[in-house]
Order: sequence, then structure tokens, then C-alpha cells
Amino acid sequence: MSESAHSAPNIAPAHPAHAGHGEHAPQSFFHKYLWSTDHKVIAMQYTFTGMALGIVAAFMAYVFRMQLAFPGMHVPGFGVVSPGAYNALVTNHGSIMIFWVAMPVLLAGFGNFLIPLMVGCDDMVFPRINRLSYQLFLLSVVVLVASWFVPGGGFGGAWTAYPPLSAVAKYNLTPGGATLWLIAVALEFVAFLLGGINFITTAMNSRAPGMKAFDVPIVVWTIVMASILFMSSVGPLIAGAVMLAFDQLIGTGFYNPNRGGDPILWQHLFWFFGHPEVYVVLFPALGIVAEIMTVFSRKKLFAYKIVIYTFIATGALSFFVWAHHQFVAGIDPRMANVFTVTTLIISIPIAEMCFVYIATLYGGSITFSTPMLWALAFMVEFLIGGVTGIFLGASGLDIFLHDTYFVIAHFHYTFFPIAIIGTFAGITFWFPKMFGRMMSDKLGKIHFWGTIIPFNFIFIPMFFLGSAGEQRRVYDYRHFPELARPEFQALRIMATVALLVMLAFQLVFFYNFIMSMRRGPKAPKNPWKSNTLEWTADSPPPHGNWAEMPTCYRAPYEYSVPGRAEDFWPQNEKT
Amino acid sequence: MNVRTIATTRSSMGIPTGRLAVWWVLVSEIVIFGGVLVSYLMHRLGHPEWAAQASHTHLWAGAFNTLVLLSSSLSAVLAHQAAEAGNGPKAARLLWLTIAGGATFLIVKSFEWTGEIREGFTIQVGGFWSYYYTAAGLHAFHVFAGMCVMAWVASTAARNQDLHRVENVGIYWHFVDIVWIFLFPLLYIAK
Repeated sequence: MSESAHSAPNIAPAHPAHAGHGEHAPQSFFHKYLWSTDHKVIAMQYTFTGMALGIVAAFMAYVFRMQLAFPGMHVPGFGVVSPGAYNALVTNHGSIMIFWVAMPVLLAGFGNFLIPLMVGCDDMVFPRINRLSYQLFLLSVVVLVASWFVPGGGFGGAWTAYPPLSAVAKYNLTPGGATLWLIAVALEFVAFLLGGINFITTAMNSRAPGMKAFDVPIVVWTIVMASILFMSSVGPLIAGAVMLAFDQLIGTGFYNPNRGGDPILWQHLFWFFGHPEVYVVLFPALGIVAEIMTVFSRKKLFAYKIVIYTFIATGALSFFVWAHHQFVAGIDPRMANVFTVTTLIISIPIAEMCFVYIATLYGGSITFSTPMLWALAFMVEFLIGGVTGIFLGASGLDIFLHDTYFVIAHFHYTFFPIAIIGTFAGITFWFPKMFGRMMSDKLGKIHFWGTIIPFNFIFIPMFFLGSAGEQRRVYDYRHFPELARPEFQALRIMATVALLVMLAFQLVFFYNFIMSMRRGPKAPKNPWKSNTLEWTADSPPPHGNWAEMPTCYRAPYEYSVPGRAEDFWPQNEKT
Repeated sequence: MNVRTIATTRSSMGIPTGRLAVWWVLVSEIVIFGGVLVSYLMHRLGHPEWAAQASHTHLWAGAFNTLVLLSSSLSAVLAHQAAEAGNGPKAARLLWLTIAGGATFLIVKSFEWTGEIREGFTIQVGGFWSYYYTAAGLHAFHVFAGMCVMAWVASTAARNQDLHRVENVGIYWHFVDIVWIFLFPLLYIAK
């Protein structure tokens, strides 16, 4: 076999430019897995940390859903949920899923793993900054977890942390938790700024010889654009977080009207970041879905360049929609009209993306493999999230629906496809490259249906509850006679039961994940017959990725080219 | 441990990787300071009474610091010129001169702040002073960080190593200057 000729012992002589990179004696566990500068190890650190926190956040969801369905019950594994604990659980569930699951897995995990492999280089341009990025991220996790165990308990002022509730200990009753939560979020931002600079510079400057900007696979584009979006939106919130910390700790008056401050200022700073943040996590997921769809429909990605321009337009527009989160915060109705219009405009490029993906599928020879099922489910479920977003973007309707379960259902129909479906799509697709073994397709499909069906049963009831006026952030609806009606309670119980079913099916995933990693059939270099460069490296790629660095000769999506024996045409093949 | 990668040695854009990264750092810094300054401006416009507070700042101390900081950028430029010519030791000496400028700036500022705090204008007394100390403090922190990085670059440049870093730290230093050019009129002059 010619492939085996490229196994580990050959790596060192092929790296004359930097001897000492590939020929290390076996490294200690510490240096290999905890202190590594290898982008693939850092990607796994981010992914596994994110998944671990995902389990924590899922447990939190289980606890507060049990409280909502069966108020006052003794929740198995937790106990009776107090109102303060309920607030801390929903706050931390939201914070974790966005900052400590979606971002580390989609952006940092896939970004670190895919960017160097897909652009054909051996590592990130700043490997030590990359390592520092993960270490800061891990520190942020430690601080977050610590915030749950200080006197007063974890922060309960919602993941949006609006002052004065978040700023004044007398109101939130969690002085330690509030400050530690804020520090954890700020540290996480710094970690992703460092990682983002690496992603952007690597993709801009370290592409394989011959790889032009429009030869870069779409998922690299989306991760880089997400990093740029993050970098140019998070600054005001970093400043805002410093100001909020000063308000909490030394009694400044940035958000305190009694001292000339303004609580609405925080809402502006938060949502100026918070809305682009949706696209920061959406973009990598859309990129992953695009890669999977072209491979499993054996077709060129429809309108590759238009897709990139659409992403740029979406990113730019996302800076002008933030106040649609503040329609009930005393905003001038004329301004509300402006933000309604911009919000409705941003649905146009996203709708266009859906059509582009449908056009990619159209006429292709589709294989319904597990990753493809996830990719298709992403489209369908995200569509529901997108369409309900148009309701909320209209300021008049939003005044009624604001802070109801309609909003909860809406953003879970966007974030669940992004953070969960996108992640499972990516993991099932790149698992052979990551771990060198194949996952079980059968277990994958059981897990897929066991996740997708209950997911809809969790959140569709919430659209009805929200339309009926059910407010969010309520600990026990028995205190509100008009919301405590039995038919509403039945919907709440349905959502909770569906959640339990969905969580149970995640065991299938973890079983498949761990068993395939250990005993799955050995993966070839290119199991899906894909074109992009990562599939030309060994599975899993060694430190340094290739014995001989690849050269790029063409665009990434040349599938089913007429006149070729094979229906794919890898980027590194000259003819 | 040598971690220089093939990735680091490539330059698909034709721009050196280090310089490219510094520009992206500046993008993130611009929005951080932008957030503080826009918040301050909006509140300043909404609170005409803050002008009375602003009149207690020490205009001449601020003006002297502006002069010092802008002059220190000159030696950073000269250091870049020396590094381009391959004269590492000269670049290092000029960088130390820039660091001295930064140090002067911070010393003057610490006397200024001590005086203001003694007069009772602490960060807690009101909106203007909250922004004054936060914005200028964030900037001073950047001056200090720049001085530390510059000291490290100077020590390697003195041995004629990694001379491209002289330009990169210079770009950062000019940014710190430009931020001050916004802060000085907004915090000291605007009445």
C-alpha cells in the first residue's frame, strides 16, 4: 500500500524547514495532551471541554424543566428547586450553551481542527498563542464553576445580565456569583479574541501554494468571518463588562440613574455584541452543513462566490439590528421602525442561503448518511427558527410576544440547530479524520431520530404557550391563575417528557462516540470521497499533518465533473 | 521548545504574518475603546452639567502628556528606520527612549490622579469621573502593556534578532497615541 509509506517514521526528514517538529521521542501525557501547541490537540481540548459543559447545561435544563412541569417536586439528582436556584439554573444554562458550548465546539473546536488541515499547512501561525487561548478558556470554565459555589450561589440575573439587577447586590442577592460570572465571561472573550486572531491570520497567510482566496472551502470562510464578526462586536461589551464590574465592586455609576448613569446603556452594549453573536455561531454551522451537503449530493456547491458575498452582507447587516431586543425598553417608536426594517432585511440573505443549499441538493445523487441527515435537519429546523424570527422582528407584535415562551421557542429553533445539530453533523462527518476510525451509521441514525423528534415536541408546545401569554422567567405558574390552567400544564409536561426522552437518546451518541473511537473499523484517508485537503492527510493526521505539504490546484467542490473516471477531483491532484 | 511552524513562514497575502496579526489586534482594540468613547459621548451630550466636573481636570498636565506621548512615537518611528537598516542596537536604544516617554506619561498621570483624588474627585462621585478614570485608566493600562512588550522587543533587537518586531510594536504604540488624541480633548478640553 502506498499510503502506509507515509506513516510516522517518514515525517522528520520531510520537514527540513523546521527540524525538531515531528521527530520527538514519545512525549509525556502532560506535554502531549495538556501543554501541546498542536492545533488538533487544542481542537480536541476545546471540543471535549465544550461537550462536558454541554452535559452540565443539559442537566440544568432537566432540573428546571422538571420544576416547571411538576412544581415543587423533589427533582431526582438535585432536590427541591428554590426560586433562587431556578434563576441561577436558567441563567447558567443560557450562558453555558452560548459561551461554553456553541463557541468552543463550533468555532474553536472545528476552527482549530479544520483551518490548518483545509488550507494545507502544518499548524496555526501562532501555536503558543493558540495554547494560551485554550488555557484562558479553561480558566474561564474554572471561574464559572466556582461562581456556583460561593455564598449566595450562582448568578441568577439571566444570561443577558441587565442592570440594575446584575449591578446591585441588594437586588440580585448573589454578590459573589454575579462578579465571578462576569469575570468568567470576560475571560472567555479574551480567549476567543486570541483564537480568532490565529484563525484569521492562518487562513489569510498560510494557505497551501496555489490556493487562492476562492479555493478556500466554505467552512474556513465562515469560521474566519465569524471570528472577524466576533472581534468587531465584542469590544464594546468587554468595555461594558469592565464598567459593570466597577459598578458591582467599587460603586461607580455607569448603569445607575441616581449617579447619572443609564441601565439601558448596558442593553445597547450587550446586544450590539449579542446579535452579531448569533451569526458568530451560525456561520460555522452553516459552513459545516455546506461541506456535508456537497459531499453527499456529489454536486458542486451552488453559487460558491455568491454564498461568500452573502455571508459578508449578513455579517455587515448584523451590526444594525441589535435594538430589536429592546422594543419594550422605552425605545423611540421611530427608531423601533428602523430596527424592524433592518431585522426583516437580514432575513433575506439567510433565506437566500436556504435556497442555495436546496439548489445544491437539487439533481444530486444524495446519500442519506448520518452527517447528511443532520445537515438536512439543520435546514428544516433552522427554517422554523428563522420564520418565527420575522414575527419577533416586527416591533408591534414583539411588544406582545416579548419575554414569552414564544421567544424561548424561537431562539431554541435557531440555537439548537446551530449548537447541537451543527455539532453532531460536524462530528459525525469529521470523526474518521479526528480519530482514525468510523462511527456506527446505524447507531448514528438511531441517535439522530431520537434527538430530532423529541426536540420538536419540546419546543412546539412553547410556541402555543407563548402565544397564550406565558411569560418566561417564572418559577412556579401556580401563582398565576390564568397561566396555571390544566391545558397549559399539559403542554409543559409534554415538553419536559420530550426533553427526558431526548436526553436519554444522547446516551446512544456517547456510546457510539466512545466505542467507535476505541473499536470502530479503521478509517481510510478519504472515506467520503471528498475533495478538500484535510482528506489527503492520514486519519488521524500526525503532528505536522503531512509528510509532504500539499499543493492546491483547483476549487474545492469539483464533484461529478464530466469526463472524469471518478466523481470527485481532490484539490491537490494536478490532473 | 521550538514551535515555529511552516504555517508561520508562509505569506499568501504578501504581508508578514506578525504585522497582519498586529492589525487584527488593533481592530479588536478599536472597538473596545470605541465602546467606551461612544458611551461617554452619548452620556456627555445628555448631561450638560458634566462640563462643570470636567473643568476640574488639569488641562496643562494633560497637554504636557500629549506632547510626551506624541514625541515618543517619533523615536518609535526612528527605531523602525534603524531596524530596517539592520542596526539592531540603535533600534533598541530608540525603543528604550520611547519606553522612557511612556514612563514619563504614567508618572505625570499618577501625580495628576493623586491630586484629583485628594480634592475628592474619586471614581464614585459621579458619571463624569466614572468615565474619566475608566477611559484614561484603560488607556494607561495599554501604555504600560506596550512598554512591557517594547522592553522585550528592545532586548531581542539589541542582539539583532527578530528585527521585524520593532515595526510591529511601533504600530501598536501609534495606536495607543491615537487613542489618547481622542481622550485628551474629550476628557480635558470639552467644557
